[in-house]
Amino acid sequence: MNDVAAKTKFDPVTLAVIENGLQQVCNEMDLAFVRAAFSPVISEALDRSDGIYHRSTGELIAQGELGLPVFVGTMQFGAKAVIDRAKNLKPGDVYIVNDPYLGGTHLMDVRFVKPFFYKGELFCWLSNTGHWPDTGGMVPGGFSANATEVEQEGLRLPPVKLFKEGVMDEEILSIILSNIRIADQRIGDIKGQAAALAIGEKRLTDLLDRYGKDTVEDAIGELKARAARLMRARIATIPDGTYYGESYVDSDGVVDEPLVIRLTVRKEGTELYFDLSKSSPPCRGPMNSVIATTRSSIYLAIKHIFPEVPINAGTFDPLHIEDPKGTFLYAEYPRPVSGCAAEVSQRIAEAVFNALVQAMPDKLFAAPAGTSGNLALGGYDPERKRSYIMYVISGGGYGGSAVGDGISNGCSTIGISKTTPIEVMEQYYPVLFEEYSLHEGSGGAGRTRGGFGVNYRIKLRRGQARASMVMDHGRTGPRGALGGNDGGLNTVRVQRSGKEYTPPHLSKDQNIEIGPGDTVSVSTPGGGGFGDPLARAPDLVLADVQRGYYSAQQAQAKFGVVIAGTPPALDRTATERLRAGATARP
Amino acid sequence: MTGDASGSIVGVDVGGTFTDLIAIDPVTRGVRVAKVPTTVENQAFGVLGAIAASGGDPATLSGIVHGTTTTTNALLERKIAKCGLITTRGFRDSLELGRRTRPTPYGLTGQFRPLIPRELRLEVPERMDADGNVVLPLDEAAVAAAAKALIALDCEAVVIHFLHSYINGAHERRAGEIVRGMWPNSYVTLGSAILSEYREYERGVTAAVNASVQPVLHRYIERLGNELKAKGFRHELLVMQGNGGTVSSRIVAEAAVNTVMSGPASGVMAAAYTGRQAGYPDLITYDMGGTSSDVGLILGGVPRVSAELELEYAMPIHVPMVDVHTIGAGGGSIAHIDDSGMLRVGPESAGAKPGPICYGRGGTRPTITDANLFLGRLNPKGLLAVDSPVSMQTIADALKREVGVKLGLDAEGSAAAIIRVANDKMAGAVRMVSLAKGHDPRDFALFAFGGAGPLHAAALARELGIPRLLIPARPGITNALGCVVADLRHDYVNTINKPLPVLDMDLVKRTLEAQIAEGRATIAREGVAVEAIEVLHEADMQFQGQSHILTVSLPGVDVTREALVKAFADTYWKRFEVSLPEIRPVLVNLHTAVIGRRPTLPLDALLPSEGRAATVEGALVERRKVWFSEGGWQETAVYRREKLPPGAKFAGPAIVEQLDCTIVIEPGDRVEADKYGNLVVSIGGQST
Repeated sequence: MNDVAAKTKFDPVTLAVIENGLQQVCNEMDLAFVRAAFSPVISEALDRSDGIYHRSTGELIAQGELGLPVFVGTMQFGAKAVIDRAKNLKPGDVYIVNDPYLGGTHLMDVRFVKPFFYKGELFCWLSNTGHWPDTGGMVPGGFSANATEVEQEGLRLPPVKLFKEGVMDEEILSIILSNIRIADQRIGDIKGQAAALAIGEKRLTDLLDRYGKDTVEDAIGELKARAARLMRARIATIPDGTYYGESYVDSDGVVDEPLVIRLTVRKEGTELYFDLSKSSPPCRGPMNSVIATTRSSIYLAIKHIFPEVPINAGTFDPLHIEDPKGTFLYAEYPRPVSGCAAEVSQRIAEAVFNALVQAMPDKLFAAPAGTSGNLALGGYDPERKRSYIMYVISGGGYGGSAVGDGISNGCSTIGISKTTPIEVMEQYYPVLFEEYSLHEGSGGAGRTRGGFGVNYRIKLRRGQARASMVMDHGRTGPRGALGGNDGGLNTVRVQRSGKEYTPPHLSKDQNIEIGPGDTVSVSTPGGGGFGDPLARAPDLVLADVQRGYYSAQQAQAKFGVVIAGTPPALDRTATERLRAGATARP
Repeated sequence: MTGDASGSIVGVDVGGTFTDLIAIDPVTRGVRVAKVPTTVENQAFGVLGAIAASGGDPATLSGIVHGTTTTTNALLERKIAKCGLITTRGFRDSLELGRRTRPTPYGLTGQFRPLIPRELRLEVPERMDADGNVVLPLDEAAVAAAAKALIALDCEAVVIHFLHSYINGAHERRAGEIVRGMWPNSYVTLGSAILSEYREYERGVTAAVNASVQPVLHRYIERLGNELKAKGFRHELLVMQGNGGTVSSRIVAEAAVNTVMSGPASGVMAAAYTGRQAGYPDLITYDMGGTSSDVGLILGGVPRVSAELELEYAMPIHVPMVDVHTIGAGGGSIAHIDDSGMLRVGPESAGAKPGPICYGRGGTRPTITDANLFLGRLNPKGLLAVDSPVSMQTIADALKREVGVKLGLDAEGSAAAIIRVANDKMAGAVRMVSLAKGHDPRDFALFAFGGAGPLHAAALARELGIPRLLIPARPGITNALGCVVADLRHDYVNTINKPLPVLDMDLVKRTLEAQIAEGRATIAREGVAVEAIEVLHEADMQFQGQSHILTVSLPGVDVTREALVKAFADTYWKRFEVSLPEIRPVLVNLHTAVIGRRPTLPLDALLPSEGRAATVEGALVERRKVWFSEGGWQETAVYRREKLPPGAKFAGPAIVEQLDCTIVIEPGDRVEADKYGNLVVSIGGQST
């Protein structure tokens, strides 16, 4: 392979410099977008991404390093959908689109796509996606748990020019603003999202001025080839074979039955073949996944396994994904899709981890909590006389691995977002958090254990509000690996006028009416355990008990470690006896 | 007192490898320097060693300003005090759960260890709301019980950290009184006293950092102070802080967190001081060492300060510090070819051991330093190891083996490629601190220091379109110089969080005045002579609904609402080219820096006047072949810095060698020595 490198016409320096330059253009767009955003989902949760796309194929050329992982690969499908429909392009035009079936995710992810002209000629496209707090529909925030068609989920925009030659189309803007909640701040997001693309335009022009159009164009082709080569070199380290993984979505929110993802991964030489065709059929509720998201979920899972491979279209070359037609992972109009970006995507990634951990136990990990834990509370604050939508997005435990225990409260695998501080949420919304704590006992037992989830309890202080949630892992915990136990479950409990209410679908529900003094309590999943729990060093189990991560009873039941007394002390003899007995059992 | 004319003032900076010292006699203008190995276990030995090596006697010194890595190292190595937490009921896990992050965007493994383990985090009933109203009164008996329990668990320090204490600190203060009455020492930290700003994780971690390094710093400074006293030192020992100011050793441990990252800050302070004197108030600073490079920004002679440091994964330290951007490229960065055939330089570093190949300590993989040596930019006689000699051939072989064969390049081409890829990476870092913050690098001069900064600076300036390069007289001891010239400085932040139309402008004035009063009182308590007290005010602002802030500077305590609106709109436009008249601006935080200006020191004597040659030619050491990206190998003049005559003028290509650093002047650049001993380089022959 190195001989091939030597033969290319590129001097290695120019290539490295242009790679770095393209990356920097994207990083700067990311930074500007996040800093100028109003949507806290963008500014704090970093639910956005910026990239550069090929002028005719829409293929990914470069993407910001801090873009939300779920957008890896989706945006090139979105860019292609715009390219196919674009007419009469002029510098300064910016398309807006959020149609999930046109290379998207869910309706809240609004894409801006801008043709980039260099010296009068179309050179490429710049695009970014940002999660808006609301795009209309039956629940505030868009995470409907029981929609049965996309029209109920919100306003769907086909690709239209929101900016024409740099001037905003006020008529299109007014259609948008008339159909969404909390419209007054969206003008800030729209201007910020467009400004980020303008900054990218400026920097990319500098790069082309410096190195010349042809050189940059050639370098882009070369970088694509090299990313493919690097990915193939990594894949080659996986033993040839066929691996099976599966994962479960609790329910679709409408029909109370689990959805199953059945994934077969075949590894042959330097290629990976993914077959999802045995998964559940399309569902009535909003847990369908559009194909762009299904593909992107596999891409991001592989990127989590081989983080050092740079992202461009070449990275995905050796990944062959059969369109899973006839399953819920290939949603077509008008199937509802609001759960696909945040939940189904993570179940797909989980199935990939689950399959490949068998092939590469040293490299992978047990399943991470893998739910975004979306809770939206929409209501009216009578004291401040305004409507609000509060989002709480949660983390959970990561899986144990050959390296060590999983971390607690890690971000969703499709995200990189940070929790909004409680002090910030209490400033904005009429709520009081009564608790924000570690979900004890939730880490799956194993030789290395899973990390822990989170408990929180929110009390509404005044006015009426409606709570909606799209979470998962309420029925089955994140899978343990190689003999490790599953992580703890997600739970939701609502106290209304002193009575407890548990959502019938456990992790999904919508428009639960609450009033002053009522509370919503959520506990998020822990990560899966890795390896035999009886092989975990007793001293580590003792430390876990001293910290209150597990009770002494749990230590004994899960790890076969006997701990007694105050302060807790390890009974080595009893532990050895217990473990010997446990191993002897069939 | 400092500034007493009876003796020299000493700046002494402890770095990872060396302890550097500079002593300036304000009367005779004599300057002495010393460089001794850092003594890791107890930095005080190195400090005393440096004083001795410079020929100084503590009894005759009129002041010592000390930059120490004690707290930074303690944190990175987790050699910290056992520390307890008393916090709001329901929230003891905040410090462990963090902000739901993972160590890297991709990859799902990695570890996190909270500074205070769970069994030492206790809760008490109390609660404020976001407006500062009491929701649940403080349970004082529970506070006493918690303190008692933590003492029984052998905690040396304790943090009291309550929700919303930034808006109403009454519960924290009361709990502090109770705990102080019981605690066996003074190591009691209140979250809102260190940082009166919202975001409970960041404020809590900042307080936990303070508490866990406080005993470590206190013991170190006390020991050093005693050693100095025993040797007859009678004056003030000052300590550098991360905000670029100094603080008296008497009170430094109270806010020990402020000394974290003081090393990079002192370098930037020296740059600011030198730039102000030399007439270059707007500088980008570039400090390249063995494993990493630091880039900072100075506007109008004042270093940019920010409060967003993340020392390592999930360890935010939100006290104001000089804003320094660190990248993993230093002299020891290793070059390699990845599986796709791309040349990468760093972030892996050969460190001090085995170090670059040319050190002869067993290194076999080529580094930036090796490439510089191979291209003649570094002096082969000075660097090829003496004890276990390494030949140029060994380096050539390694360059070919690790880089050349895979890229189809010879050793020379490989070395050149390494330098250019490294320069490009460093230029990227400079762009991120300038362009990405709305500043054009072409409006700045580049100030290069550190062991390797001046080797790469001319190429970097060219890459970035920076017209002017400033190389100080003593690039290798810039941090120590920063200690000597730094002023006393104390920073204060208070959260206001009110939209401008309803903002009580009287509250703004009162808050700023209170911050000034606190700063003045602290400076008075330090008992250090200052010539003047200066005050800087800034406001963090945002549009209503945003969560990120932009910082604008304020003219004074009497700022008007209209001026705030305008200043914010202007700054916002400059950064994003967006105007938003539709949305209300919000004043988030008010900052005040209270600066006690210490007496000015003469810098013109940094290079001794004796021993200078009469002409530039007289400073010529040799001519050797040196490789440049423009024109390849060229016969190049090599000058001795100490011999260059005052006002020397010459043109590149040239190499200037001095005791602790080598300067590369690229072909087409013009150099002029100014009267402060700086070399001012006009890139590409632009007129000065």
